[in-house]
Amino acid sequence: MNLEYGPEYERFRDEVRDFLARNGKRAPESAQRAARPTTDAVAWQNLLLEHGYTARTIPREYGGYGAEPDILEARIIAEEFARACVPGGLSNQGVSMLVPTLLELGTEEQKRRWIEPTLRGEIVWCQGYSEPGAGSDLASLRTSAREENGHFVINGQKIWTSTARQADMIFCLVRTETEAPKHAGISYLIFSMDLPGIEVRPLKTMTGHAEFNETFFTDVRVPVDQIVGQRGQGWFVANATLGHERGMLGDPDALENRLLALIRLMQEEQIGSARAIDNPVLRDRLVALQAEVAAMKYNGMRVLSNQLKGESGGMAKLIVKLQSCELAHQISALAIDAMGEMGILYAESPREREGGVWQWNYMFQLGLIIGGGTAQIQKNIIAERGLNMPREPRLALDAAQSRKEVA
Amino acid sequence: MDFGLSPEQEMLRDTVGRCLAETCPLDHVRSCSETGSAVSDQVMAALHDIGLTGLLVPEVHGGLGMTLLDAAVVAEQLGRAVAPAPFLALSVLAPLALMLAGSAAQQAEWLPRIASGAVRFGVAIAGIVEERDGVRVRADGGRLTGTALFALDFAGADYFIVGDVSGRLHLLAAASTGVERIALQTIDTTRSIGELRLTGAIAEPLADDGGLAARRLRDAGRVLLAADSLGAGEAMIEKAVAYAGEREQFGRVIGSFQAVKHMCAEMAARHEPCRALVWYAAHAFDTNPEEAALVACHAKSLTGEVHRFVARTATEVHGGMGFTDLLGLHFWFKRIGFDRQVLGGPERVRSDAAQLQGLTATT
Repeated sequence: MNLEYGPEYERFRDEVRDFLARNGKRAPESAQRAARPTTDAVAWQNLLLEHGYTARTIPREYGGYGAEPDILEARIIAEEFARACVPGGLSNQGVSMLVPTLLELGTEEQKRRWIEPTLRGEIVWCQGYSEPGAGSDLASLRTSAREENGHFVINGQKIWTSTARQADMIFCLVRTETEAPKHAGISYLIFSMDLPGIEVRPLKTMTGHAEFNETFFTDVRVPVDQIVGQRGQGWFVANATLGHERGMLGDPDALENRLLALIRLMQEEQIGSARAIDNPVLRDRLVALQAEVAAMKYNGMRVLSNQLKGESGGMAKLIVKLQSCELAHQISALAIDAMGEMGILYAESPREREGGVWQWNYMFQLGLIIGGGTAQIQKNIIAERGLNMPREPRLALDAAQSRKEVA
Repeated sequence: MDFGLSPEQEMLRDTVGRCLAETCPLDHVRSCSETGSAVSDQVMAALHDIGLTGLLVPEVHGGLGMTLLDAAVVAEQLGRAVAPAPFLALSVLAPLALMLAGSAAQQAEWLPRIASGAVRFGVAIAGIVEERDGVRVRADGGRLTGTALFALDFAGADYFIVGDVSGRLHLLAAASTGVERIALQTIDTTRSIGELRLTGAIAEPLADDGGLAARRLRDAGRVLLAADSLGAGEAMIEKAVAYAGEREQFGRVIGSFQAVKHMCAEMAARHEPCRALVWYAAHAFDTNPEEAALVACHAKSLTGEVHRFVARTATEVHGGMGFTDLLGLHFWFKRIGFDRQVLGGPERVRSDAAQLQGLTATT
């Protein structure tokens, strides 16, 4: 057990701290995941790009900083930004999902054309994966793309397209090979959201806000070269990015910061003449969550060490999405309970605490438990990949379909 | 940066694991339990042969001079094997007490004898965690009076480290006049526990350090109980997964039903982070005394909660068979139950954790 990063890394940490001390006040208030970045956010992003505190390992010719991949440097940057409560670089779907996909599977031309403006916040992307009929069983998606005169003609509907209203571009899974088995008939296209035949309707959620959208395609014409990977390989291409998304949702620093905010709330909130934290039942719940957050923090360090050694994260990594989302939700639940009746105040009500953020979190985090692979799908993955348990026997219908496919 | 076990620690884990696989199969655990003995001579001898008795004793005193993380690695294996053998008090807490609060003369006298296996120690510090049944131990002029509950590694102990009401530790010969030893029966037949009724028993005091050594002992004990629970919990998950992969109902193995699969996934998901927390808590005990007490609490309370869930869920995965004596699953269930309650159940430990952080009301 050696938790020292070593003198070279500590020098790097000092550099990051120094940067944050000098520039931290120029940071926008929070990382804006769901909307088009503000002028401030774009300026901040460009500053971070210049210093290599975001897109650090992306080659210079694509607009990155061109550093060698270094897990500890990346970790130090994340730690120090979290400690300073300063948002890191843009982590929208373009940056966190499309860019890694293009780097891995895009053509040279695609990389040069799309990566840099995406990193600079000039192009905002949305993700067109889920459909009303294709959620957990994403590979059953039905949005079709038939080829016609050098174009794909797209018809169908996507859902959960967050940022679709603000987005310039979409990366989208469509069915190009109607005769192929379901996983082999999908292609990964990138195209403009300004094309004729695209309609975006806000999707209002339980929070009262429309954090997501539904996107409809009617005879949308996309040049055939706007495909990433080969025709019929879209499932493989998309899985490269789903891995990035799952990694994104489990951030131990974020959990620690939420917990600190909860402690502050419980110290400020008064029940009669005592503080909420003086209530032994609430305090017991708080300390129980502290133990869980501590465990996830050290679990994260264990995963990091495994990666440094070139080993797979194993079970310690497989459980991160399920556990982190659940824990974040429980932190919000306790905050609401600690506020008592004040906990239900919302929508800019008089006496509302912190802009109603705890209720919004409590509801939105339920969305995160469901999204990006539901808790139940996560449990299947943990059981099947982590514990080597048998897969669900295929339904008779599925089996019949594959027989047809073979025939 | 390397968060995890060193190659030497992995070797220690594998050595202890192999040793217990040979000397402590379930049949042996069962026969010890049936004869009412929580101390298996054969397991004890095997552990002694690989040097575990003196694991923490400094090398100058004939031990291995290892750390609490090494001890946690061993404790995990003992929990995994539900081994009926003294370890926590004998090989960890008693040597620690002497190392922390013993004079040079006391260390020179006792540590080599612990390492060589010439004497066996039990440890009675439950009273510093919480007072139950209104009993306590008072020290007066080198004599102890009162009752110490839940002395660990009780059976066969020649000496005891006893904490008095002020938190000071004393070294007591089990055979002294004024010492009455009463064994307590718990759910867990693989561990021996008992009470000491003391009426003016002569004892040798360790340093008057304001209870510091006693608190360190409590913290170390919490970490090792958490490590034991980790091993026992992991064994239960493995058994449940294996059983679900063999048992067939409705024409398919039950592990292919999501209802069963998800029970296993939930166990694994809650269990896995415990491992990193226990490792860190043991490491902090060795390297970061300021943080050690708090993370010991976190490790103890979290494993207490998680492994109670694991113990019941793994039993349920086994269906009716899990409930019987035939599979012996209950040995692990009960081991976990013991680990949870001793030296403070989750609520007590979390209350300590709140106090350590200054979260409790000042008034």
